[in-house]
Amino acid sequence: MSGFEARSRAALADPHKRANVPRFAEKAADNRARGFEGVDLEALRTAGEAARSRAIADLPALLDSLQEKLEAAGAVVHRAPTGADAARYVTEVVLRHGRMAVKSKSMASEEIGLNEHLEAAGVEVVETDLGEFIVQTAGEAPEHIIIPAIHKTTGQVRELFEPLAGRSIGNDPAELTQFARAHLRSRFLDAPVGITGVNFGVAETGTIVLVTNEGNGRMCSGLPRVHVAIMGMERVVADLAELGVLLPLLTRSGTGQKITSYVTMLNGPRRGDEADGPEEMHVVILDNGRSRVRETPYRSVLHCIRCGACQNVCPVYRQVGGTAYGWVYGGPIGAVLTPLLHGDQELGHASSLCAACDDVCPVRIPLHELLLGLRRDRAAESAGGLERLAFRLWSFAWSRPRLFRLTVRMAGLARGPLPLLRRFTRTRDLRVHR
Amino acid sequence: MVALFPTCLGEALNRAAVRDSERLLEAAGVAAERPSGATCCGQPAWNSGFVSDARRVARRTLRALADAEAVVVPAGSCAAMMRLHWRHLFHGEREQELAERVAARTFELSQYLVDERGWLPPQPAIRAEVSYHDSCHMLRELRLHDQPRALLAAVADLRELPRADRCCGFGGTFSVRYPDVSTAMADDKLASAATIAVPTVASADPGCVMQIEGRASRTGAGLRIAHLATIVAEAL
Repeated sequence: MSGFEARSRAALADPHKRANVPRFAEKAADNRARGFEGVDLEALRTAGEAARSRAIADLPALLDSLQEKLEAAGAVVHRAPTGADAARYVTEVVLRHGRMAVKSKSMASEEIGLNEHLEAAGVEVVETDLGEFIVQTAGEAPEHIIIPAIHKTTGQVRELFEPLAGRSIGNDPAELTQFARAHLRSRFLDAPVGITGVNFGVAETGTIVLVTNEGNGRMCSGLPRVHVAIMGMERVVADLAELGVLLPLLTRSGTGQKITSYVTMLNGPRRGDEADGPEEMHVVILDNGRSRVRETPYRSVLHCIRCGACQNVCPVYRQVGGTAYGWVYGGPIGAVLTPLLHGDQELGHASSLCAACDDVCPVRIPLHELLLGLRRDRAAESAGGLERLAFRLWSFAWSRPRLFRLTVRMAGLARGPLPLLRRFTRTRDLRVHR
Repeated sequence: MVALFPTCLGEALNRAAVRDSERLLEAAGVAAERPSGATCCGQPAWNSGFVSDARRVARRTLRALADAEAVVVPAGSCAAMMRLHWRHLFHGEREQELAERVAARTFELSQYLVDERGWLPPQPAIRAEVSYHDSCHMLRELRLHDQPRALLAAVADLRELPRADRCCGFGGTFSVRYPDVSTAMADDKLASAATIAVPTVASADPGCVMQIEGRASRTGAGLRIAHLATIVAEAL
């Protein structure tokens, strides 16, 4: 059994996941639809696509500009060619200041396995986004790009939180959130280092932009003495005007909000006369395969702004959640990104090619076409050896009308002797209408 | 000559729907022929990444359809393959121009009847309730939403299926590559049909019919899934 098949079967066997993932994905998809009511969505998508294409086309120059501006403002910029290099750098920074770090949501940090690295070095890492805090407490990985604990019931959250609290909390989401808030507050105050992701890096002004609804991004970047921001290198945008296009596209696509509760824009560490902010700011610009992907026909996948909209509408994601895709990113974007950045070629097939993702992507990444491309690449390599033979035989027969007729009659009559057909008929009847 | 291309799934599993499509075309005043030699549009191999095998099969079908003034396809997904993907499949090949010409003359059945012929079935005396499930490629690649609904609404009380646009889980080889996920998707489709308690759901794609009907039959869902052409032809 293949990796995705085994993982998806395990996911299907989890009743909580099966109930919650579709429920909340649907809610997010509906919120997104409402969020764009009365807005010329296609015009916005055109502008978003153009902004992202320009950013990726000019990537080297924009990153140079971002770095120069940040350094001029007193930040330290580190270009990490690999995930391991990024994790090593961040770990060194943290260890210089202490043994604890608070962290706000960052898919780039998931990608490089940062928490594992830090913990192996003896650092306590505390996730401060509520959803991330839940999955961290459960010892799991996020199931969704922006809703990490999408699969958890309040009952499950209660079971995770009550041992931490040492008291009964109950199932009320407000009470559970209140506990997390109080529990995390002292961590914010104690931690010498705060780690965040980056939603956008504005090249023109050297601005790091964070989008959150809980304020934890602001606390992670503002309270500790040291702030480390980890940015996938493709998150750069040219200027504030383009940020103005992409920011509302991100928030409306992700949660249906015109703007999130907190939008944090950082231009370097605390300056001499300022009352607050970190004394040190590090920005880690992560490559980890992105410049390689930029030189391939899959370049447009770098346009992604990580809104999660494709996951919410994906009928496959809805069934299995994000971790079934085997790496950090689930859903259609994961099925494309994972083979490219992480190397699991099978994932290009983890889609029914329904194209629902194409219709919601705010920057019009042709996910459907990219999936087909990945399938072609896989077919051209030895991974599809047996399959290639099967398709050779198939095309031999079906390019000959007589053999075609013979085989389709057989398929209609046989009702399941062929192994492939059996994979259909194990759960479904083969109904023939003569 | 107007060609009716049965498609591979039509030939294998749903020849009744092909005959019903023929009857609808007749009723619309079109004497369609089934060109011998047309087998499959190549989509199974195309969607699996095996381009040259897809081309080998599609070439046979393309040649068989070369002289048709119009090609009518009672399968949304195959129509999308031919109209939109053939030009890529045959790009740089000897048949490039022919493929583009045939693609431009290829129509999904309801598209051909409603848009090209301006035909709607006559109102029957008795109207049953029916719902419609969108084929992914027909809806999101060919953007055909209203045409199949117009045919159904003429002969039945059409009730909109909640999330009619959501994939039924067939996806060609997807249905056998990941049968459990595929089946779970079919169950979602059946559950959404159950919420409106219609007796019949129509689809314009033999693949969707195979998937949803096969699962309904296995689970005893008590729901009839039929090809659009069959539902409309029954009312003639």
